[in-house]
Amino acid sequence: MKINIRILFSALSAALTLTTALPATALNVFACEPEWAALAQELGGDKVKVSSATTAMQDVHHVEARPSLIARARNADLLVCTGAELEIGWLPLLLSQSGNRQIQPGQPGYLEAADSIVKMDVPKLLDRSQGDVHPAGNPHIHLDPRNIARVGEALTARLAQLDAANADTYKARATAFQKRWREATQRWEAEAAPLKGVAVVVHHKDLSYLLRWLGMRDIASLEPKPGVPPTTGHLSDLLAKLQREPAKMILRSAYADPKAAAWLSERTKLPTVTLAYTVGGNDQAKDLYGLFGDTIQRLLAAAK
Amino acid sequence: MASKTRMVATLVAAMMGMSTSAQAAADAELAEVRAQIRQLKEGYEARIKALEQRLQGLEAAARRPEPVATNTAEPAALPTPARATGEGAFNPAISVVLNGAYGNFSRDPDRYAVSGFVPANNGLAPGTRGLSLRESELAIAANIDPDFRGKLLLSFDAADAVGVEEAYVESVGLGHGLSFKGGRFFSAIGYQNEIHSHAWDFVDAPLVYRAFMTGENYADDGLQLKWLAPTDTLIELGGEIGRGKDRPGSNRNKNGAAAGTLFAHLGGDIGDSHSYRLGLSALRTSPREAQVNDVDPSGADVTNAFSGKTTVAGADFVYKYAPGGNATRTSLKLQGEYFRRRERGTLTYDVAGIAGLPPSGIGSDYATTQSGWYLQGVYQFMPQWRMGLRVDRLDRGTVNVGTANFGNLQQVDYNPSRVGLMFDYSPSEFTRFRLQFGQDRSRQDVTDNQIVLQYIFSLGAHGAHKF
Repeated sequence: MKINIRILFSALSAALTLTTALPATALNVFACEPEWAALAQELGGDKVKVSSATTAMQDVHHVEARPSLIARARNADLLVCTGAELEIGWLPLLLSQSGNRQIQPGQPGYLEAADSIVKMDVPKLLDRSQGDVHPAGNPHIHLDPRNIARVGEALTARLAQLDAANADTYKARATAFQKRWREATQRWEAEAAPLKGVAVVVHHKDLSYLLRWLGMRDIASLEPKPGVPPTTGHLSDLLAKLQREPAKMILRSAYADPKAAAWLSERTKLPTVTLAYTVGGNDQAKDLYGLFGDTIQRLLAAAK
Repeated sequence: MASKTRMVATLVAAMMGMSTSAQAAADAELAEVRAQIRQLKEGYEARIKALEQRLQGLEAAARRPEPVATNTAEPAALPTPARATGEGAFNPAISVVLNGAYGNFSRDPDRYAVSGFVPANNGLAPGTRGLSLRESELAIAANIDPDFRGKLLLSFDAADAVGVEEAYVESVGLGHGLSFKGGRFFSAIGYQNEIHSHAWDFVDAPLVYRAFMTGENYADDGLQLKWLAPTDTLIELGGEIGRGKDRPGSNRNKNGAAAGTLFAHLGGDIGDSHSYRLGLSALRTSPREAQVNDVDPSGADVTNAFSGKTTVAGADFVYKYAPGGNATRTSLKLQGEYFRRRERGTLTYDVAGIAGLPPSGIGSDYATTQSGWYLQGVYQFMPQWRMGLRVDRLDRGTVNVGTANFGNLQQVDYNPSRVGLMFDYSPSEFTRFRLQFGQDRSRQDVTDNQIVLQYIFSLGAHGAHKF
C-alpha cells in the first residue's frame, strides 16, 4: 500500500515537474551556516551551487523556517548543517516542509558537520534549568581550523558520492585545499602564540573551540546561562569577579547584541573585540582564510 | 583445654565432610570456571583486535601532519554519547505547553455574541473571568518508519475536557516537493489557522475566525496533499478533503467527503531583512441540519438548523522585518487576513423548541454573503519585550432569510469590531507572559472592556515553530 501511494505520488509529481524541472548542471548545496557554505564552495568549485540559510549577522539559534528557506531546501541535493541540535528550532520544519527525500536525515544528502568532530561541553546535567543547553555538546565547532579540515573530509566524501561523475575533481580539490589549509593553520598558530593563556570574557559559549585551539581561557560569560540574555544582576556579579580575576578583553560575535559587552567594557575599561564569528561577519572575513586571519589579528591587537 | 581440642577436631571434620560432599559440585564448578576463562580470553582477544584496529586507524589519522599546540590537546577519539537503551530508546519527543490566564471582562463573557452573524454565539466565550486554565497541550511526535512521521496533540481546557487537537501522520520527504498528511490536523486555510494557540501573538483568535469557523483552529479529519514548485521563491499548492466535522461543516453521517480545501502560497525574502508569505485559500463544506445558536427578535435563545453549502474563502499575508535578518534585538511582524463567507441553502427555525414549546421547524431559503478581516502588527522593541496592536472588523454584508422566517430571525444591521493591544515579555525561549487590553464591540451597542494576563510555558522537547 505504502509503495503504491509512493508510485502514485511520484507519477503525479513527475507529470507536474516535467515542464518545470531543469536539467541539473551543478550540485545544489544548501548550507545552514555561512562557514559550511564557504567550505562547500572551496571543495566543490564550479561543480556546486551553494547557498547559505543564514548570514553571519543572524543568531543561528533563532532563525525562522522562512518560505525562502523551505523553497531552497526543496531544491537541494545536499544539506550541510552543523547539527548537534543547533538548528533544532527551524531545520526540522524545513525538512518536513521541503518534500525533498534526498536531504532527510540518514540520506547521503544530509550531512551534520558536528558528527565529524569531538564536541566540547557535553552537559553532565541535561536540564533546562541550566539554560538552553545542547544535549550533544557545544555546537559552535567551526572556529577551530582542525575541525574545518575534518568536516572538509566528510564533505568531500559526500560530494564525491552524490556527484560520482565529478568525484575525481572533488578529491583533487580536497587534496589541494587540505594542504593549503594545513599551512594556513600552522601560520595562524605561530602568529597566535602570544595569545596563549590570555583570559577573556565571552558573550555566549560560541567561541569555545577557538579559545581552546589558541590556548586562551574564558573566565566568564555575559550570559548567565547559555541562551539566556545577560541580566544586570549577572553583569554586576561579573564586575566583582573581574576585580578578583582580571581578564584582558571582552569577546563578542558580530551577531550578538552589543549592549551587554558595551556596559561591561565601560565599567572595566576592558576592550571589546567584535569577532566576525563566521564568513561574512565583517569585511575581512570574506572566506574561511579571511575569517581566521582576521580573527587572530583582532585578538592580537587587543592583547597588546 | 580438652573442650577446645574437641571443638577444633569437630570443626576440621565438619570441613572435611563438607568438602567431600561438595566434590561433585566442585567438578562442575571447575568446568564452569574454565568455560568462563575461555570466554573471557575470547572476549579479550576480540577486544584487543578491535583496539588494534582502532590504533591503526588513529595512526593513519596521525600520519596526516596535524599541528597540535601542547596545551590545546583535544580528545583523539570520538566519544560515544550516552544514549538511552532498551525499551526507552525509541521514546518519542514529548512536549508540554502550560497555558493559563487571569481575565477581567466588563461584560459577562457567557453572554458573548457576534451580532448579525449566525451562529451569534459559538459556545465560545472570549475568556473567563478570574483565574483560569487556558488550553494546555501535550504533544507526542516521532518518526514512525523511513516514510512517515506521526504526531498526537492533546489539549486540556479549564473544564477538564481532553480533546484530540491533532493526530496525524505525514510523509517524510516524498520527493518532487510533495507532502502528504492524513488524520486530524489543522487545515491550511488562512495563515493563523495552522499555528497553535500558544504561538499566537494575541491571547484569542481573530474575530473573523470566531464568526466563520470554530473560533480556535479549524481542524478536520481528512487528507492533505501539497506540492512545492522547484523554484527559489516559495510556490506551494495544495488541497484537503475531510469530513467537515466542525463549523462551518456539520459532522455528517455520510460516505465520501463533506469538506474540501484548496490553498496556494507564495513566499520569499526581499534582501536579508524582509520576508513575506502571501496566501489564497478556500474551504467548502456541505453541512446538513447543522445546529446553530441564535437569538430570536424577542431576545430568546433559539436553535436553528442550516443545510446547504458554505464557502469560506480568503486572502492572507504575513510580513516580517528584522534588521539584517537578526531578530535578537528588534523585529516587526505584520499579519492580516480577509475572509468572505457565502452560505446557500435552507434554514429551519427553532428545531429544539423555545422554553418548553414544541419546535416550530419552519424552513425557508437562506442566503448570506458576509466578510471580515483583521490586521495586526507586533513589534519587538528590545530583547524579550514585544508589543502588538490588532484591529478586527466584520462586515454584515447581505443576509437573505427568505419570506417564511422573515419575522422569526433577528435582522441586525451592525458591523462588529474589536481592538486589542498586547505586551509580552519572554524571559527565556520557553516562557512568555502577556498582558492584553481589548475593547470588544462584537455585541450590538455593547462595549466590553477586557484585560487578560496570560502565561505560556513550554517544557520538554524543543519545538520548531512555523513562519
